[in-house]
Amino acid sequence: MTSYLDTASSEPLHPAARAVLEQALTAGYADPRRLHGPARNARIILDNAREATAEALGVRPDEVTFTPSGTHAVHLGVLGLLAGAARAGDHLVATAVEHASVMHAGQWHVARGGSFSTAPVEPDGRVRVDGFPDATVIAVQAANHEVGTLQPVAALAERAPLFMDACASAGRLPLPDGWSTAALSAHKWGGPAGVGVLLVRKGARWRNPFPGDDRVDERATGMENVPGAVAAAAALQAVVAERAATNTRQSRLIDRLRAGVVRIPDTEVVGDPHDRLPHLVTFSFLYVDGEAIVTELDRRGFAVASGSACTASTLEPSHVLTAMGALTHGNLRVSLTRDTDEAEIDRLLDELPDVVARIRSEAGL
Amino acid sequence: MTEPAVLLDCRRLLCPRPVVELAKNLHRVAIGETIGVAADDVAARTDVPAWARMRGQQFLGTENAEDGVPVYLVRRLS
Repeated sequence: MTSYLDTASSEPLHPAARAVLEQALTAGYADPRRLHGPARNARIILDNAREATAEALGVRPDEVTFTPSGTHAVHLGVLGLLAGAARAGDHLVATAVEHASVMHAGQWHVARGGSFSTAPVEPDGRVRVDGFPDATVIAVQAANHEVGTLQPVAALAERAPLFMDACASAGRLPLPDGWSTAALSAHKWGGPAGVGVLLVRKGARWRNPFPGDDRVDERATGMENVPGAVAAAAALQAVVAERAATNTRQSRLIDRLRAGVVRIPDTEVVGDPHDRLPHLVTFSFLYVDGEAIVTELDRRGFAVASGSACTASTLEPSHVLTAMGALTHGNLRVSLTRDTDEAEIDRLLDELPDVVARIRSEAGL
Repeated sequence: MTEPAVLLDCRRLLCPRPVVELAKNLHRVAIGETIGVAADDVAARTDVPAWARMRGQQFLGTENAEDGVPVYLVRRLS
């Protein structure tokens, strides 16, 4: 059986979401805006989803908007904050290690006459607060999606209105303070794909950067995925309720993995070892081809991701690793499910030295 | 351009081959001498300095060959 170790890409559906999803698919099909009984049912389900999500995150229900994806929530969060701040300026600054969706929003902004730059990070992936450039709007993640390093969101929020990409950390860690807008993605915490969450702080200057719509929630685009939203909310509640225990268990397993892989010669483990996401770690093996190691591990029953160029859709190495000055080839990102156990980690640690040695010897080293 | 004692032509080789060639050929230069690798793969820009850091060698910087391809220069320290 394959050990699935790629939850930072997508977490398996949480059991708490499955039953809710099935019920809501039956009862929540109607358009929540209509005035008939089925619509009232859908509206109740959607309102429940919004309230449960708000409660789990510690925000107000009217700050929660369901979007068709985390990426769309990022675009709305970044560009809507820029639209709201248009009188003050047009300069977006993102950290150099933001998710591609933030970078794409920045490029979109530039294509429409705005300006966009990135701020450098330390070798551990943490953005430098001292010397952070002047900005009209700041985009920073709560935690990095590839290396796990937590970012100083609250400190940066003192400088300018701030968009926070919380996709990698939502549910796992409490939201940091200070953001004006934030984006979350349900399939990263065990909700279904096709559900993102945009948060807009009460009082934040946000304007819809895209054509509007006539939904109950003025920030929403098209009819909400009602069954998906309520299933996402159920998963989020469960993950938050379980997270003290889950994080302790996952942190210990990641520490075990970090300590184990450095016994393989010429291995670099990247990211902050302490102030990090509990469930993931990234490391790179010198002289190893990223595609070769991912393929060989898949053959041996491990599903893991890589930021190496040969494994990426862009044929460029991970911009996160590049910004950190970390080795980009031979890279693996291992991210744990809620029930990954010690035996799986030990099995991976048993296999890795042989896999790495074989690929190196095929390269003539 | 600074003339390295050995210059490796790794044009059109994808990562991690330029770094693999660097490691295989390092012995061809004496300690204190410079080895260069011409590589058009974008990963080399990050990976050659990372290799030097991990292997205790000194990354000197990047120059351009006549065809514009970057040449990464490393001084052998051990």
